[in-house]
Amino acid sequence: MTLTIGLPAFLVVAALLFVLGMICVLTRRNAIGLLMGVELILNSANINLVAFARYVENGISGQVFALFVIVLAAAEAAIAMAIVLAIYRSYKNIDVNLTVNLKE
Amino acid sequence: MNLTIPDILFGLFAVVSLLCGVIVVYSRNIVHSGFALLGTFAGVAGLYGLLSMTFLAAAQILVYVGGVLIVILFAIMLTRGIENTGQSNPSRGVLPATILGVIAAALLIYVAVTFPWQVKTPAEIEASVPPLGNALLGAYVVPFEALSLLLLAALVGAVMLVRKEIKSDEEEVKS
Repeated sequence: MTLTIGLPAFLVVAALLFVLGMICVLTRRNAIGLLMGVELILNSANINLVAFARYVENGISGQVFALFVIVLAAAEAAIAMAIVLAIYRSYKNIDVNLTVNLKE
Repeated sequence: MNLTIPDILFGLFAVVSLLCGVIVVYSRNIVHSGFALLGTFAGVAGLYGLLSMTFLAAAQILVYVGGVLIVILFAIMLTRGIENTGQSNPSRGVLPATILGVIAAALLIYVAVTFPWQVKTPAEIEASVPPLGNALLGAYVVPFEALSLLLLAALVGAVMLVRKEIKSDEEEVKS
């Protein structure tokens, strides 16, 4: 009752998840939708860290850094949501293409 | 090739997380995107569990599903009116981005499959919590403390960012 599939399967899943996150970041105009793409990318990086920790490195550091990434993602989500709410208060909108006052 | 139950579970978790990821990326309704993110996070937690990283799987559920996802859903409800669900999550340039994504995916998968990784025989499945705790308070104690400081700073910063506007609103009312 062990896992017979190896490291490349996990890497493929992580790569697909990363690409999905990349497409999300490239195309979304809603700031919250954009952040969801960032979360997807962070998750795919975490899958890579954990898979390498299990199959290649056999140590603890992969897990530790995956844990650090999870904590950083939580902090990032909290700050980003506060910024989104602040933008919404002043613009009544969170479309990233409309908040271009500094550009003009 | 004999498929064991963990292999089938791997396929299930991978398909669930990727399908939900597709919904996150392509749905026109931001609420659907938010709830599909739940499936992705849960599937990734299942993958951690299959790699016998039980503590990480639990942390993934607790922090992502219980924390990040709730924050995202709250932000959706506080900003964009839910009544405008037909086109609440607009995209731009979906086709070029998808083509770019397919190319990038092909490249990444090619590297992942063909590179000769130095795979060691996986260690016996063991409880991952005690060594993790020892590492966090031993070799990694400085990053660990820096991270706790960062969390405190994020908490204070988030409160400050949202509170500032309320204060200026009150001043406007007074004046």
